[in-house]
Amino acid sequence: MINVLNINHAFGDNQALTDISFDVQAGEIFGLIGPDGAGKTTLFRILATLLLPGSGSATLNGLDVVRDYKTLRTRIGYMPGRFSLYQDLTVDENLQFFASVFGVTVEENRHLINDIYVQLEPFKNRRAGALSGGMKQKLALCCALIHKPQILMLDEPGTGVDPVSRREFWDMLRRLRDGGLTILVSTPYMDEAAWCNRVALVQQGHIMAIDTPEALTAAFPKKLFAVRAVDKYRLINDLRSMETGANAYAFGEFAHFASPSAKIQVADVELFLQKKGHNGVEVKEAEPTVEDCFIDLMTDDSQQSTVDSPPGEITLK
Amino acid sequence: MRTVFFLVQKEFLQIIRNRTMLPVMLVMPVVQTLLLSFAANYEIKNLALCVVDHDLSPMSRQLVGKFTGSGYFKLSESTFSRSEADVSLARERSDMILEIPPDFERNFMREGKTGISLTANAINASKAGLGMGYAGNIVRDFSSTISTTSGAAPGARINMTYSNWYNPKLDYKAFMVPGILGEIVALIICFLTALNLVREREMGTMEQLNVTPVKKWQFILGKLLPFWALAMVMMAVGLTVGWLVFRIPMVGSLWLVFAYTLFFAPAMLGIGFLISNFSETQQQAMFTAWFFLLIFILMCGLFTPVDSMPQWAQWLNMLNPVQYFVAFMRQVLLKGATFADVQQNFYSVLTYATVVNGLAVWTYRKRN
Repeated sequence: MINVLNINHAFGDNQALTDISFDVQAGEIFGLIGPDGAGKTTLFRILATLLLPGSGSATLNGLDVVRDYKTLRTRIGYMPGRFSLYQDLTVDENLQFFASVFGVTVEENRHLINDIYVQLEPFKNRRAGALSGGMKQKLALCCALIHKPQILMLDEPGTGVDPVSRREFWDMLRRLRDGGLTILVSTPYMDEAAWCNRVALVQQGHIMAIDTPEALTAAFPKKLFAVRAVDKYRLINDLRSMETGANAYAFGEFAHFASPSAKIQVADVELFLQKKGHNGVEVKEAEPTVEDCFIDLMTDDSQQSTVDSPPGEITLK
Repeated sequence: MRTVFFLVQKEFLQIIRNRTMLPVMLVMPVVQTLLLSFAANYEIKNLALCVVDHDLSPMSRQLVGKFTGSGYFKLSESTFSRSEADVSLARERSDMILEIPPDFERNFMREGKTGISLTANAINASKAGLGMGYAGNIVRDFSSTISTTSGAAPGARINMTYSNWYNPKLDYKAFMVPGILGEIVALIICFLTALNLVREREMGTMEQLNVTPVKKWQFILGKLLPFWALAMVMMAVGLTVGWLVFRIPMVGSLWLVFAYTLFFAPAMLGIGFLISNFSETQQQAMFTAWFFLLIFILMCGLFTPVDSMPQWAQWLNMLNPVQYFVAFMRQVLLKGATFADVQQNFYSVLTYATVVNGLAVWTYRKRN
């Protein structure tokens, strides 16, 4: 459904995208996962026919993003990362307006958005600018769907939305996918990867890996422990020095410790930490998540180390 | 065309929703015409006059009386020392010094010739200039009456007669209000168009619109039509105020005025549109618009006559759309010019609008 081949794009000297290639199958949710500044939005703008790629090509449902952009615009639904509807128009006015510029009426396509619209209906005469974050997202989704697109593109839909609304929103996306829609979504939240059929991990304009979330975590090449101690900062530094190639980073209330050697056991880590004089040590084996995979790939990639990343967010230091 | 209709409809919805836009558009013409024509005018009254009368003759007193009785001058000080008068001028207690020499009356009677000295504080050059002009008239007037009534030395005198065409009473308001109307309409629609377009970019709605099949010309027309209509409404409001409050003459055809506005408005809309293409934020657009509009307004002939500008400035002024409007309004409203008289102006504005909008459409990009 979506074929991206060797896309490169630079803003001046800043190489935003390097050799991006991937395919999205019809009827799947494909996630582009990566931190802010990874190039996700640039890629989205190219695929939404808003930005001409520096080089490379992309087709959506057989339509080229450069050559066939006019036809393509009627086939895709694009929801930018920032809320981009008219804040001074009401919910219904926005919906009517976007339907009319696509040459359709809300009535004829009501069935496409009915699930979502019922939640918006109580606020239908409220101005879009006065809606909550979650409601804004739902309205934007309705407006992106009203012309019956074949492909839905959502740039960071989870940003600025509370966890409950975020979950609801993903439920809607899954229902839309089950209805046959192809969905391309980008997100900086690693936990959202689990909702996608397949994900591409993006970092500094490169795709580091493409696979299903399950396959990615199954292929995690290191042994992972969740470790806790009183002095977290010293704990992370000590864990890093335990062996070469080991990595440690904050992960919620624990620190995750990824060791390259398969032989190492919980007891070894405990012993090491006790020798270092840590108090309140707790060590257990942990199942790798997409975030662990991402950090592992990222450290391999750039030899940069990560400290203090709260769950679901990557912070580079 | 249906799409354009929906775009225009949306635009009007937004204009009506906007809490400041409509009031500003309707109140601004009224306030500006009232303020500019009542308060900020060129008529100078009550210039403070310091008199140094060394003669103290009946004739010198008569002259001073002429000055104070004219309404343009009021006596601020009277002294016998020139240096005191200079201090008064320096301290800004007086705007002008009238010094009458000791033998003022005697010289006039004997030789038919005498002199006085006028010194003005020219920090404000236009005030000084006008004051001098008034004073000159008073003195001329005075000398002619004196020579006829006193029967002294009948010297050669020039009798001047005045006649001001199209504005017989030199009514400042009749002269200013039509010009101000043109200036305000030009200013507001140029600003609004620029800000409105940049706002779409700033709010991200432009991006959302760009992925729709809305075509470039549809989008542009959808933006220009509402403001075009508003320009006509503002013109009507302004003319009504001008007529009700100032009783400005409307010698020419009002239809012609509206027809001209219909052609002129796109020129200003196009400038606003062009500015928006090169601005990322409303603030940038605001500054750029100010830069141009300030020059346009100062050079438009509203405050200083275009004819007295140096030749290069007059050439440059051909790029100033407001100048055409102001000239047109005065010609039609005061002088009763017909289409045949102002057609050159029509064509200039039409060309201007075409070029500016062409440039704007050309530089507008739906994608980068």
